[in-house]
Amino acid sequence: MSSELHYQSIATLAARLGAKEISSVELTRAAIARTQAVEGRVQAFNSRDEADALAQAAASDARRAAGQDRGPLEGIPIGLKDVIAVRDQPLTASSRILADFVSPYDATVTVKLRQAGAVLWGRLNCDEFAMGSSTENSAFHPTANPWDLTRVPGGSSGGSAAALAAGEAIATLGSDTGGSIRQPAALCGVVGLKPSYGLVSRYGLVAYASSLDQIGPFARTVEDAALVLQAIAGHDERDSTSFRTDIPDYRAELRTRRGPWRLGIPKEYFGTGLDPEVAAAVERAIAFYRAQGCEVREVSLPHTQYCLDVYYIIATAEASSNLARFDGIRYGHRSAKAKDVVDVYFQSRAEGFGAEVKRRIILGTYVLSSGYYDAYYLRAQKVRTLVRQDFLRAYEQVDALITPTSPIPAFKLGEKSDPLAMYLCDIYTIGVNLAGLPGISVPCGFTGGGLPVGFQLIGQPFQEASLLAIAHAYDQAHDWSQRRPAL
Amino acid sequence: MSQAPQLDIDRVAQLARLALTPEEKATFSQQLGSVLHHIEQLARVDVTGVEPTAHAFAVTNVWREDVAAPGLPVADALRNAPAQRDHMIAVPKVVE
Repeated sequence: MSSELHYQSIATLAARLGAKEISSVELTRAAIARTQAVEGRVQAFNSRDEADALAQAAASDARRAAGQDRGPLEGIPIGLKDVIAVRDQPLTASSRILADFVSPYDATVTVKLRQAGAVLWGRLNCDEFAMGSSTENSAFHPTANPWDLTRVPGGSSGGSAAALAAGEAIATLGSDTGGSIRQPAALCGVVGLKPSYGLVSRYGLVAYASSLDQIGPFARTVEDAALVLQAIAGHDERDSTSFRTDIPDYRAELRTRRGPWRLGIPKEYFGTGLDPEVAAAVERAIAFYRAQGCEVREVSLPHTQYCLDVYYIIATAEASSNLARFDGIRYGHRSAKAKDVVDVYFQSRAEGFGAEVKRRIILGTYVLSSGYYDAYYLRAQKVRTLVRQDFLRAYEQVDALITPTSPIPAFKLGEKSDPLAMYLCDIYTIGVNLAGLPGISVPCGFTGGGLPVGFQLIGQPFQEASLLAIAHAYDQAHDWSQRRPAL
Repeated sequence: MSQAPQLDIDRVAQLARLALTPEEKATFSQQLGSVLHHIEQLARVDVTGVEPTAHAFAVTNVWREDVAAPGLPVADALRNAPAQRDHMIAVPKVVE
């Protein structure tokens, strides 16, 4: 194991760095070397700056030598989805319209990672503007699933999940609007956490659907996810939807919060469309909790069947508004063939956006347009209220909900050409975003064909500490996170 | 919403300031037709008396102290401009 620095957990590496057994430069070199060895097959990165990462690592080693280390992330290489701003680094959102964009400032999470001593390592591929479930919508290249290179890593944060599973980074950040952290985490066999809406600042995150977007960590273990969350959570006056709430010591709470917990199984999440091997793996995770003395009961979230529709109205409406800023005037691609200033908008957007982004802008513009607003957008917002009430009612009886993360394991690249079929990948994750809840995907086994499976725990608003403790109870009793793909 | 409305793709593309090719118009119309058909089921939900949710945790009247702080320097703000002149973003002629 000691030879494979790039596959160790933050918790292990922090101890080894603290004991001066290894240096951050050594660790960063290991991540770079691993990336050079496998990236030709995985293609998780949009860009990477090895000299910059090594300079950060050297600065970290200098801090440590001076007795000024900044905590458990000090010297740890962490990759960022290419929708999170890092000053002087490219920020493309995997779109042609931002192909040449360089960030003039840091996102708040970037500042916080720097303050925690992390080494920012690479810009990770995703679906264009985080719209998709397979990372095939990237304008640059698809990313392969490290467990089977002919399959997708999930999406939209597919690069963040694949880089971690391939050992190219020690942890990564993604963003989750309808499942974009949890679904790729499940498909790549890693932990993925979407925090409660408002816990992590969105300042410096390329906006897709602002009332749903949250940044969160991918990590090898639940404990590592807690360590990264610790660094990035907290109120930010630069994000007006940022929530003022006390931030506990998440890692300490993993040890102090012990069950048994009351877990709910939403019956609507185990219906048709669920792959039998996924169902069986999730059932075994449920059996584990039962054996630990947890009270497991069936609950109902009766508006589940409407979540997908509510999501595709609200998310596309917000996207059509957010993406109006890409007009070829102040930044981003400007068409060379436009006839006048208004034509600059039409042609720059036509040349800069890919098919899925155009589809969502069209749908979002339509549901907001005069004559259709009440029937679509306003009605969707009302049904969103009912979806949220379903969850809050369930929490009168249980501490958390347990479900599959994705109805199916990783599918083949190019397999899902129909947009609606792709949208159905998110049926178990979307409700969590609509209700603003925290959700985590935890690895819970493999299919007969060797593809990872994850289960999802859904927590109460801003109760990440207990959500992580429940997830940790399973994670530390199993060794799924020790398995490595044959790359 | 009783029957699937026809999405007038020319009108919507005009509103979205998005030039579409004839092929895109045909493909998107067909694909979004099936998405809209799926969405039709929302008409079945009884939303009488239900308040809309814009944000899961509505935060209103967010204030902060009005403290002077440096903004983005002009050079940084213009760094990604497709065309610039005299510290300004240059655009095609707006008025004849």
